[in-house]
Amino acid sequence: MTKLTFIAFDGTRFDIDAPNGSTAMENAIRNDVPGIDAECGGACACATCHVYVDEAWREIVGDPEPMEEDMLDFAFDVRPNSRLSCQIRISDKLDGLVLSVPERQA
Amino acid sequence: MERTKTDVVIVGAGPVGLFAVFELGLYDLKCHLIDILDRPGGQCAELYPEKPIYDIPAWPVITGQGLTDRLMEQIEPFSPTFHFNRMVQKLDRLHEGGFVVTTDEGEEIECKVVVIAAGGGSFQPKRPPVPGIEAFENKSVFYSVRRMDDFRDRDVVIVGGGDSALDWTLNLQPIAKSLTLVHRRDQFRAAPDSVSKMMALREAGKVGFTMGQVSGIVGRDGQMEGVLIKGNDGDVELKADRLLPFFGLTMKLGPIADWGLNLHENLIPVDTAKFETSEPGIFAIGDINWYPGKLKLILSGFHEAALMTQAAKKIVHPDDRVVFQYTTSSTNLQKKLGVA
Repeated sequence: MTKLTFIAFDGTRFDIDAPNGSTAMENAIRNDVPGIDAECGGACACATCHVYVDEAWREIVGDPEPMEEDMLDFAFDVRPNSRLSCQIRISDKLDGLVLSVPERQA
Repeated sequence: MERTKTDVVIVGAGPVGLFAVFELGLYDLKCHLIDILDRPGGQCAELYPEKPIYDIPAWPVITGQGLTDRLMEQIEPFSPTFHFNRMVQKLDRLHEGGFVVTTDEGEEIECKVVVIAAGGGSFQPKRPPVPGIEAFENKSVFYSVRRMDDFRDRDVVIVGGGDSALDWTLNLQPIAKSLTLVHRRDQFRAAPDSVSKMMALREAGKVGFTMGQVSGIVGRDGQMEGVLIKGNDGDVELKADRLLPFFGLTMKLGPIADWGLNLHENLIPVDTAKFETSEPGIFAIGDINWYPGKLKLILSGFHEAALMTQAAKKIVHPDDRVVFQYTTSSTNLQKKLGVA
């Protein structure tokens, strides 16, 4: 299990034990993190699981692939640390990862 | 306007609506389908045409578009009538039984049974989270171009980096007073040909480009005077009286909410024998319905279509005895499928 934290828009912290190999989005849905809609169910096809990666983690999490970058065009208030949480796969190197939920999804 | 008559109107031409045509067709029920998209397939066509689906029985893997194409082939013998680019606006019950379904273009279809297979709802343009944008909609802010003349001699701002944004940049540039394209980055997912044409206009000074995201609208009483753009290097205001944001589509329940059906968190509760709603003669199948244990799977929707058909048949032809038959062995069914 890998430690994963979501910070909802209202500041509520969700500390989650995430199985390796799952996506950050799946863990948000399973733990009822508000503000992650994941309308398309993880197909990188809707931009409704948008998160901001904590600055300390940006380099380790990495940049989006071109397809994800295209999907981010449909998200709102996109920042340099924006990612779609369905494209972040949990592994040991992400132990302690912190993701923030934006004010609203697309 | 002339009123069309049919047995069943299906709201939504996604996989479940399409398969309902097959099941209903086996029992001689004719269908009209209405969908807000311009083609069949629903979410499969709009959200994930190229993405694989792994849980369709007997298809270890199939894409959203592949599944749609196969279903269209499967229902071809029943010649359904499609009404694309239409939203169902109104549903009225007739005194003599049955319904009249009215589309947003005013077409009327009379039928005995209505099947709501509307999935997550109808696809509608996404509204950017700009404070007060509602007041400007359909006056200065448009999510599609219905009449190009509305943009003639106007200062137009187009937001987005996909095909809609780029196509309208190229089409409106010759008639607009000025045209500025706003996109959050300097890369565009639109067709390369449109992108290079836009770049050429940009270099010629005929199209403006601002990198950033829309943060506000300046103006009053629906008349826009400018658009505020939050960019990486600070904020700018663009003079504009027309704004076209292209942020793709989202799903909304739409006018179905006003049909007097019982709703459960924007889903339509049904019984699990007939998949009928709280209103007799109106059924709901696929992702839009709810019952204890509901799973939003395409295959569940297929099952629901088969059971709904048994009940629909009794409404349309109350005097016929329904004989259950298998397509494998029934010559009668095989004739309908054009294989016997």
